[in-house]
Amino acid sequence: MIPLSWYLFVAAALFCIGLYGVFARRNAIAILMAVELMLNAVNINLVAFWRYMTPERPVGMAWAVFVLTVAAAEAAVGLALIISVYRNRDSVVADELDLMKN
Amino acid sequence: MTEQILFVLLTIITLGSAIVVVTHRNLFHAALALMVSFAGVAGFYITLDAGFLAAAQLLVYIGAISILIIFAIMMTRRLMQATEQPFNSQRGLSIVGALVSFVILALVIGRYWPRTPDLEIYLASKPAVPDAILQGSVAQLGVSFVSIDAYVIPFEVASVLLLAALVGAILVAWPKAEDQS
Repeated sequence: MIPLSWYLFVAAALFCIGLYGVFARRNAIAILMAVELMLNAVNINLVAFWRYMTPERPVGMAWAVFVLTVAAAEAAVGLALIISVYRNRDSVVADELDLMKN
Repeated sequence: MTEQILFVLLTIITLGSAIVVVTHRNLFHAALALMVSFAGVAGFYITLDAGFLAAAQLLVYIGAISILIIFAIMMTRRLMQATEQPFNSQRGLSIVGALVSFVILALVIGRYWPRTPDLEIYLASKPAVPDAILQGSVAQLGVSFVSIDAYVIPFEVASVLLLAALVGAILVAWPKAEDQS
């Protein structure tokens, strides 16, 4: 028997790993991958709460599908931006993208 | 007992490959580890009786998003092969920040989450639900997306968002006229 809190702990750990990736990585694509990990952690939470608390109404599943949609849109736009930046500046390192600084 | 073993295995796969994603020097290997991590999350969905979401996870994340990321890595590859530092100067601070966030979340989940005793029993194991309800949940999900009482507005907004994002992505990534010559 698996308590709900186990799923929440795993999701929290996955979220914090993603958080670390967003903070510490230099490459913009690596940051985007870490953001995807965080979105997955949120989805585990949504589905776990759906199964344990309201299995008769698909609320959590519906929102998990919306998160999936937004993640797909985010990945498409983010990678297009990265490719565009790479074409213009020859770099995808987040530290060097200081066009809007000062 | 098998349930717990399966859960622990899925946890090791998901979190282990997630750590590889955020620490590996080679971005291509990190992207492959990301696919494994997504598969682990799909496994969690199956243990939660959400087979439809597991399939959607496989299709959208492993099939589409990972491939998109790998394409982006290959297009910016020249930089990836350089032996440059993969982490910025905030690495130590980031580890501390992530650990502190995890400790706070774990305390909230483990200790301070307000629970009444009967809710505690209810959440201690996966509540048994008739198979008919679980099998009907996908049909119910589909109906709720087009039902005026449920999610028809968010559903339509999501479709417009996807369209706008894809048109925007093409526009942003389109080469400028002078590049083509």
